[in-house]
Amino acid sequence: SLLPFRRSPAVAVRLYHADNVATLGSQHDEQSPVYQENFERMQALVKDLKDKTEKIKLGGGEKARKLHISRGKLLPRERIDRLLDPGSPFLEFSQFAAHQLYGKEEVPAGGIISGIGRVSGVECVIVANDATVKGGTYYPITVKKHLRAQEIAQQNHLPCIYLVDSGGANLPRQADVFPDRDHFGRIFFNQARLSAEGIAQIAVVMGSCTAGGAYVPAMADESIIVRKQGTIFLGGPPLVKAATGEEVSAEDLGGADLHCRKSGVTDHYALDDDHALHLARKAVRNLNYKKHINVTVEPTEPPLFPAEELYGIVGENLKRNFDVREVIARIVDGSRFDEFKAFYGDTLVTGFSRIFGYPVGIIGNNGVLFSESAKKGAHFIELCCQRNIPLLFLQNITGFMVGREYEAGGIAKDGAKMVTAVACANVPKITVIIGGSYGAGNYGMCGRAYSPRFLYMWPNSRISVMGGEQAATVLATITKDQKTREGKEFTAEQEAAMKQPIIKRFEEEGNPFFSSARLWDDGIIDPADTRLVVGLSLSAALNAPVQKTKFGVFRM
Amino acid sequence: TSGSVRCASVARIEKVLIANRGEIACRVMRTARKMGVRSVAVYSDADRHSMHVAMADEAHYIGPAPSQQSYLSSEKVLEVAKRSGAQAVHPGYGFLSENTEFAEQCKQEGIIFIGPPSSAIRDMGIKSTSKYIMSAAGVPIIGGYHGEDQSDETLQAEAAKIGYPVMIKAVRGGGGKGMRIAPTEADFHEQLESARREARKSFNDDVMLIEKFVKNPRHVEVQVFGDQHGNAVYLFERDCSVQRRHQKIIEEAPGPDISPEVRKKLGEAAVRAAKAVNYVGAGTVEFIMDAQHNFFFMEMNTRLQVEHPVSEMITGTDLVEWQLRVAAGEKLPLTQEEIVLNGHSFEARIYAEDPNNDFLPGAGPLLHLSTPQGDEVTRIETGVREGDEVSVHYDPMIAKLVVWGEDRAAALKKLRYCLRQYNIVGLNTNIDFLLSLSGHPEFEAGNVHTEFIPQYYEQLFPAPKAPSKEVLCQAALGLLLRERTHTQEFNSSSNDPFSPFGFSSGRRLNVLFNRTMTLQLGESKVQLLVTYNADGTYSMKTGGEVFHVSGELQKEGDATYLRCSVSGTMSRPKLVILDNTVHLFSMEGSAEVSVPVPKHLAGISVSGSQAGAVAPMTGTIEKVLVKAGDSVKKGDPLMVMLAMKMEHTIRAPKAGVIKKVFFKEGSQANRHAALVELEEEAEAEVEAEASA
Repeated sequence: SLLPFRRSPAVAVRLYHADNVATLGSQHDEQSPVYQENFERMQALVKDLKDKTEKIKLGGGEKARKLHISRGKLLPRERIDRLLDPGSPFLEFSQFAAHQLYGKEEVPAGGIISGIGRVSGVECVIVANDATVKGGTYYPITVKKHLRAQEIAQQNHLPCIYLVDSGGANLPRQADVFPDRDHFGRIFFNQARLSAEGIAQIAVVMGSCTAGGAYVPAMADESIIVRKQGTIFLGGPPLVKAATGEEVSAEDLGGADLHCRKSGVTDHYALDDDHALHLARKAVRNLNYKKHINVTVEPTEPPLFPAEELYGIVGENLKRNFDVREVIARIVDGSRFDEFKAFYGDTLVTGFSRIFGYPVGIIGNNGVLFSESAKKGAHFIELCCQRNIPLLFLQNITGFMVGREYEAGGIAKDGAKMVTAVACANVPKITVIIGGSYGAGNYGMCGRAYSPRFLYMWPNSRISVMGGEQAATVLATITKDQKTREGKEFTAEQEAAMKQPIIKRFEEEGNPFFSSARLWDDGIIDPADTRLVVGLSLSAALNAPVQKTKFGVFRM
Repeated sequence: TSGSVRCASVARIEKVLIANRGEIACRVMRTARKMGVRSVAVYSDADRHSMHVAMADEAHYIGPAPSQQSYLSSEKVLEVAKRSGAQAVHPGYGFLSENTEFAEQCKQEGIIFIGPPSSAIRDMGIKSTSKYIMSAAGVPIIGGYHGEDQSDETLQAEAAKIGYPVMIKAVRGGGGKGMRIAPTEADFHEQLESARREARKSFNDDVMLIEKFVKNPRHVEVQVFGDQHGNAVYLFERDCSVQRRHQKIIEEAPGPDISPEVRKKLGEAAVRAAKAVNYVGAGTVEFIMDAQHNFFFMEMNTRLQVEHPVSEMITGTDLVEWQLRVAAGEKLPLTQEEIVLNGHSFEARIYAEDPNNDFLPGAGPLLHLSTPQGDEVTRIETGVREGDEVSVHYDPMIAKLVVWGEDRAAALKKLRYCLRQYNIVGLNTNIDFLLSLSGHPEFEAGNVHTEFIPQYYEQLFPAPKAPSKEVLCQAALGLLLRERTHTQEFNSSSNDPFSPFGFSSGRRLNVLFNRTMTLQLGESKVQLLVTYNADGTYSMKTGGEVFHVSGELQKEGDATYLRCSVSGTMSRPKLVILDNTVHLFSMEGSAEVSVPVPKHLAGISVSGSQAGAVAPMTGTIEKVLVKAGDSVKKGDPLMVMLAMKMEHTIRAPKAGVIKKVFFKEGSQANRHAALVELEEEAEAEVEAEASA
């Protein structure tokens, strides 16, 4: 029979002739002990993640926050909230930057908040200094996070809004902040290059902008300053006094009146934070920017299964196997997945889905990679690049298969095919590490080195060159061999004593918090938020114009 | 036979011109339509898009907005009547309805004037004459001076003779215009002058009469009807005692607590009065009634009254239909014996006015208007729709709400129920006041009199209650859902309609989003900490209490309802958000919550207007009482303004020195225009010290 045909005006409906697609996923036995244990463990991890984030959300210490508020200033997160379209989501990056990175010095979120949100209907990268954290000074990781935000803006063609309130470089750590290529100076290099690419640079001066920091508003396309609050100068009053003996107040030296009326360093004069953010929203409206989407979009629908079931399916124990299709079923629109090469190289699952209406090619691991799996992966990546379909990697990989038979079968050559394909693919790539990320598997599945547009980790995941036990065993075997050659004894106790710290160290360094603190990823996410986070990331990624992919030589 | 008369005569009125506007024009048109009579409307510049114009079968332009040049212009109205071929003119009430000359002009032109003969209008229009005639016909009248000697001395002497308090009334007056009370001899002169000024303005005639002022009287009036065959009947009495500014706001029929004997006596006296002037058509004989139910003739209104529907409701008649039939020469449709009193009816007049500010008449757009559902026992008599404007040029009445019940208590309950469903945004109305008035125990008991409002003033104007925390949550939810609607509208018009960035979920990674919403309640500000929960609900914290809030907007016709749950309590108030203000209407009452305008959006205009006195509405400056350099105390009169056909004294909002007077006598001031620049005393003193 003829079904009533609904047509939305903005989007061509692509469910042509109501194609019925078999849905993915199965109902889980919630009573099973494995499911329950998994669920509880993952729930505990998520709770720990959220508790830690709540603390980071506060920013600096209570004293610093009170002082900040008493000056009539908004806290950085409030500034972002009011800059964004009311009630719209904010995709924040690297909340755990600097987490336990500087010994006893706590630098929540690295002293800088970055993320993507909608401002006046335009998706923008927002970078906000948190002056309640060490006066908003730049630690090495602060610089890295700022540069990463600019990289995201560059890759995804997103306007940048800098909410500046920073004392500049952290002087005691200047050697790790100032001189190198990817240090402080790169921020302004990026501003210039981004502006040159037509990516708008807007600065809102809501506090101090001293020395190098003065270049953030000065290099911006358009800048706003808050009166009696924002200051911009190359040298602050103490430096001026030291250099020339001149005594001058910060406001007279570089306040809003000076810069809006005399110097012309800033363009807009704001009465307070609220006003400044209002002006920033207006500035975005005047960008005359329109998002051009070069993919087909279909009406979206939620998955058939609740996202929380991911807790029970995946759990904490990385040794426990699960079918990645069950994960896909809880992420994609309507749990619909058009699988590609389902019966070939089945340790790699590939297929097409939609997330919030956007097309996506998904590559997920269902075990160790064999030659077939790697070739299938390379083939699928080629398809997606040909068709301009963004790629989503769901990474849970111990590595490529080892052993004589496989080496002889050319696993290195086939793995290289997949790595080549991943490296060269110019469609948006998004990686979510949902389990282990080990060895060359990390490369083939688009690890950080393969420049995915975004990379997120689940709290249960682990990342290292190999598993802690394998590493310990490898090292113990080498030692044992050496001892044997030297005719010395290597007791079981000695072996255990040797392995134990190695395992511990791998466990520590493979932890997502360790990774996130160093910005090896863009954030740790609640598995239940995966659909949203990937959706937001896809939406952001589709701002960039299509880049054709040209592949390198595939070793046949 | 009467049948043939009916056929022959009704055929003569096939087209009627309604020389009026607003609700009464619409009211007449409805009956005309029912009877198959075509209607012709007239309109001024101000009414080009009004409801009565839209409703009429044809409409003709008759001039600029001021009524002198349009609705009061008999030449223009007659010209349209001739041009359109109308056989009759229905004057409604006000305007030309009691204009003898107009009635005569109609007759000369061979057009039926739907009303009494001009002689009756003239006789009843001059109060001294009317009292003389009534006295002669044996209708009880009240003592007073109706003489021709209008010197201040004579009037004052006569007032003293009658005994204070006295009422000073324009002989040609009506509707409270040109009427003043002098409680003592000391007040007499000022009140007399004021009455004369108003009378000159309104009727171009300042002849005054003096009457004994009866304390706390009831205002009882009898609906009468006469035909051209010498018949006259009464349709029982109406009580219109409860008044403000000497104008009725709530009327009922029959009069509460009036015995059948008194009712009969009232009716018969009224019929005698009508017959004494050979009355034809609809008329009203007004009496004042003292506490002992003695009644005295006050005046006769030779028109269909505003409050005629309550008489219709209790007698099951259509008085406009009667008017048209009688004008056509038919006999009265019913005899006195056939007119049976059934049940009780109330009419509440909904005005654009500010009860909290001495019922100051208002004007402006009806940004939102929703009314109760009309039915057999609920009538909404109105001439405006949502989006229309209550014009400064005419009466600020928005509507009449008329209800019927089997007895007084039932009718009153119904009235209050319907009043709660009458929701207006855009201008001040008296709806809340009508609710508090109709809910007063003394009103419920039927103990009404003309001093009712002043007597119970305190109770009728309870101190405004701040909205409850639950209502604040509803308002906040309304604002959040509106944001969501705006975002959805944006999304659906973009080429990226499903992006999760377009969700109004406030989602943040690993933490819940919370925001502080500041709401303005009158002078004070209240903060709500709103948390966006992952399931789409909200937690709202205010004053140490947390509420769990969820809901959605539901559109029903033009109205939007907020279906919401606040900590488990479900409700569905009507929601109107205009500019920065949230209006919530429910059976529990209405609430208004504003969002404070941020400093940077409020602009600089704030300071200027508050430093001086402002015009409460658009009007003409009648008198300027101060000049630059004058020192004034708080409350000193600065100017007298004439607006909405009433005088308003503009007083100093605070003590200070007048720096500048922006208007001179005779000039026009717009609503909210600053009238003077006032320098505050403190500042002035400082300056004085500085210069000394």
